[in-house]
Amino acid sequence: MRYLPHSAAERAEMLGVIGAANIDALFSAVPANALKSFDLGLPAHSPEFLVEAHMKALAGQNHAGADGPFFIGAGAYRHHVPATVDHLIQRSEFLTAYTPYQPEISQGTLQMLFEFQTQVAKLTGMDVANASMYDGSTGTAEAVLMARRLTRRNKVVLSGGLHPHYRDVVKAYLKDDSDLECLSASPEGQGDILDHIDEETAAIVVQTPDFYGHLRNIRAAADAAHAKGALLIVVITEVVSLGLLEAPGALGADIVVAEGQSIGNALNFGGPYLGLLATRKEFIRQMPGRVCGETVDAEGQRGFVLTLSTREQHIRREKATSNICTNSGLCALAFSIHMALLGEAGFTRLARLNHANACKLADALEAVPGVEVLNRTFFNEMTIRTSTPAAALIERLAQRGILGGVPVSRLEPGDPGVANLIVLAATELTTEGDIAALCAALSEELA
Amino acid sequence: MSMNKQGRPTGTGTSDFASTSGSALLPNEPLLFEIGDTEHSGVDLPDAEINTARLGGFERKMPLDLAGLTEPEAMRHYVRLSRLNHSIDSGMYPLGSCTMKHNPRLNEKMARLPGFADIHPLQPVSTVQGALELMNQLSHWLMTLTNTSAVALTPKAGAHGELLGMMTIKAAQQAAGQGHRTIVLVPESAHGTNPATAAFLGYSVKSIPARADGTVDVQAVKDALSPEVAAIMLTNPNTCGLFEPQVIEIAQAVHGAGAFFYCDGANFNAIMGVVRPGDLGIDAMHINLHKTFSTPHGGGGPGAGPVVLSAALAPFAPVPFVRQGSDGLELVEHTEGEALGRITAFQGQMGMYVRALTYMLSHGGDGLAQAAEDAVLNANYIKARLGHVFSVPFPDYPTMHEALFDDSFLAGTGVTTLDFAKALIDEGFHPMTMYFPLVVHGAMLVEPTESESKQTLDHFCDVMEELALDAKAGNAARFTAAPLHAPRRRLDETRAARAPILKWERPEDLPQAAE
Repeated sequence: MRYLPHSAAERAEMLGVIGAANIDALFSAVPANALKSFDLGLPAHSPEFLVEAHMKALAGQNHAGADGPFFIGAGAYRHHVPATVDHLIQRSEFLTAYTPYQPEISQGTLQMLFEFQTQVAKLTGMDVANASMYDGSTGTAEAVLMARRLTRRNKVVLSGGLHPHYRDVVKAYLKDDSDLECLSASPEGQGDILDHIDEETAAIVVQTPDFYGHLRNIRAAADAAHAKGALLIVVITEVVSLGLLEAPGALGADIVVAEGQSIGNALNFGGPYLGLLATRKEFIRQMPGRVCGETVDAEGQRGFVLTLSTREQHIRREKATSNICTNSGLCALAFSIHMALLGEAGFTRLARLNHANACKLADALEAVPGVEVLNRTFFNEMTIRTSTPAAALIERLAQRGILGGVPVSRLEPGDPGVANLIVLAATELTTEGDIAALCAALSEELA
Repeated sequence: MSMNKQGRPTGTGTSDFASTSGSALLPNEPLLFEIGDTEHSGVDLPDAEINTARLGGFERKMPLDLAGLTEPEAMRHYVRLSRLNHSIDSGMYPLGSCTMKHNPRLNEKMARLPGFADIHPLQPVSTVQGALELMNQLSHWLMTLTNTSAVALTPKAGAHGELLGMMTIKAAQQAAGQGHRTIVLVPESAHGTNPATAAFLGYSVKSIPARADGTVDVQAVKDALSPEVAAIMLTNPNTCGLFEPQVIEIAQAVHGAGAFFYCDGANFNAIMGVVRPGDLGIDAMHINLHKTFSTPHGGGGPGAGPVVLSAALAPFAPVPFVRQGSDGLELVEHTEGEALGRITAFQGQMGMYVRALTYMLSHGGDGLAQAAEDAVLNANYIKARLGHVFSVPFPDYPTMHEALFDDSFLAGTGVTTLDFAKALIDEGFHPMTMYFPLVVHGAMLVEPTESESKQTLDHFCDVMEELALDAKAGNAARFTAAPLHAPRRRLDETRAARAPILKWERPEDLPQAAE
């Protein structure tokens, strides 16, 4: 077995040092009827080439993004990741290190996290950011709980433009909570959240660009929330949009949560991703998750440590701000390296390219009979209404080798009003040929 | 001056050796923002013409101020940073309860196949049948190894799995009209995430004291059980490295009181393929794919914490899950009724599923059992070799995957567990877990895993023994000054917490120093 160093002789020698007759003697605390009392019926160990063949056969049954025109977004986006990013995150010292509990021999990870926190703070326009959450959806649920702790109020209102999965995660985290108000889906970009804020409201949650691609008025939401003493949580699922759109921190956001996958991380069928969470300086002691801070060592040299751990479960146990233990370290590293490679100049160009391609997509879709683009505003994503039900249409496009977006009914099955809606995204990888292929196929299917 | 086993000076007497910053291969690396600027970029992209008509007047006005690096600058920055880390690949990492085992690179290669890495979670399911089949196969392995009837794959980490498992229990009890059960029993040796999770869900936590032998007393559990108790959260093998000998009686008592048995599976590495938790009476258990099944820890995540469930809890599992349909595999994304819904967007940590299944197929059922046995063998070997110098708080049972020591052997030396751990850094090892579990004083929790050779274990034991003898011989300075040979000396954590500096600021933007 290639991963196990001991020979049979070494095992016997070690048992001798221990003074155990055999290996089973070391399991003497296990009730006898539970120890090796079964036949697992699992296959035996396997050479590397056979494992590889097995996995490649599974992978081969999937239609990869590069296999044809691709327009799926809806919370996860297909962007190009530079080769340098993937090389660097596979450096042994990053890949196979643990949480930096011993800072003297973890400065690589810690300095990276400090740089990551700085990047996230700058992107969002907020004072501080943590060292990442599991993903955007769980980060949103944690932000809602954080807002409740900060305001000591309970009512939370979720915009109808919030990603339905995010809404569902918040609902699961706040199970049976009558103080959670989820506004109905707003595919036209209509907003009524401002009418739902009152003196009981802890926070409102507004996504921009929203699930349907519309850009939301964050300043107006912040002003309305603050007028009642509530907090504004801004959710962003496409972080590239921040290269072109105003930072939520400049518009009055109190907590910003984003899905960071777009930068540095592949689609991976949904994970691993990373959540970004940023807030105001005065709120840091109610912020969930790991945080890295600057300090000095015994010789006065700058160094970094995990800090503010008195918020966390390993110190506070049942009084912790969250039960979260890990962050999404390696995904945060990928994000940070990709962002460092982009820099402000590259990140801005990336955002402009995404928007330019989305404009081309919108213009082309508007010319297809039977297709109506619902968005007046968007970044790189939009919603269309088609003359036939969307789910079957997307399936027929897939049979043509085109992944043409997400039928909204897949996420909102109980809402007949969305049956003919599709959410589509364009990125820097979208070509004019892809757009032409999609529109030609749509024209034929809708004829 | 004394020399350590790597031929390095260990004394603190001469200042010549007191500084580590000059190490030729470990230069201090400036921050990214001190190297790059907003003009440099390592990515070539065309500058697209855009019409702002569809941006609704929301264009960015606040400067981004994000530093960029060209590709060679970025490569050097991150390679240099990486060299400041200890890692499994570079040395033993015996961090108790963390299972720092070898991370096979085949796993990485497989996770990067375009058929896994370049597929979208919302693609039509007809285009991702291989991905769903992979989730099915992983589920089969997890259920088989635990003898359980269902698994929820989606939790993103161990603590997320705990949360899901306890949510499932809460949903099941509410459905059964048992919503009045508001207490969760947690042994005092438990990891902090256990009480944090219970409290997160609104339960009150009742602590169960440990017996003198480090295990949970079934009578103490029985005494704590009542009609208000929802569940027990029990780690097995426990955080002292011991298998709970009365686990079956505890399960029976818990079930007899109408409560559920949540097992923290953080230490499953000790028993995989050897003991099936389902045979012990568990109702839910999370499995850390990043510990037991070798997905890399990545400097603190991403993890993955699938939860196996008993038949009683299976109907309350979250979405999404894979089901055999009439026309291939289906992904069930919505449920009605009492199921708890969704705990993350999308399908969970697919990249970790690929790595874990690759690891399982490589080992096979036989190799996993051998790995568990070797992990236990290695921990017992360390305990046997060091037991005469170190103090073993719970000598009654063989240990499982980790060896626990307390600090009584350091009494009167002026050396603390922290000092001892820092001295181990100077010897080229990552320290063991310190001060956890809380039930023993000055705990040192050593988990070697199955990946370490006898030669490495012997070297580690030699170093540990030499350090212990040196501490007892009165050479406290070597410990209290350590580490001397790491990229940094001890860091001032109090200062970091008192006035937190959590991001880089331009020097000109900082307030002038008062001094």
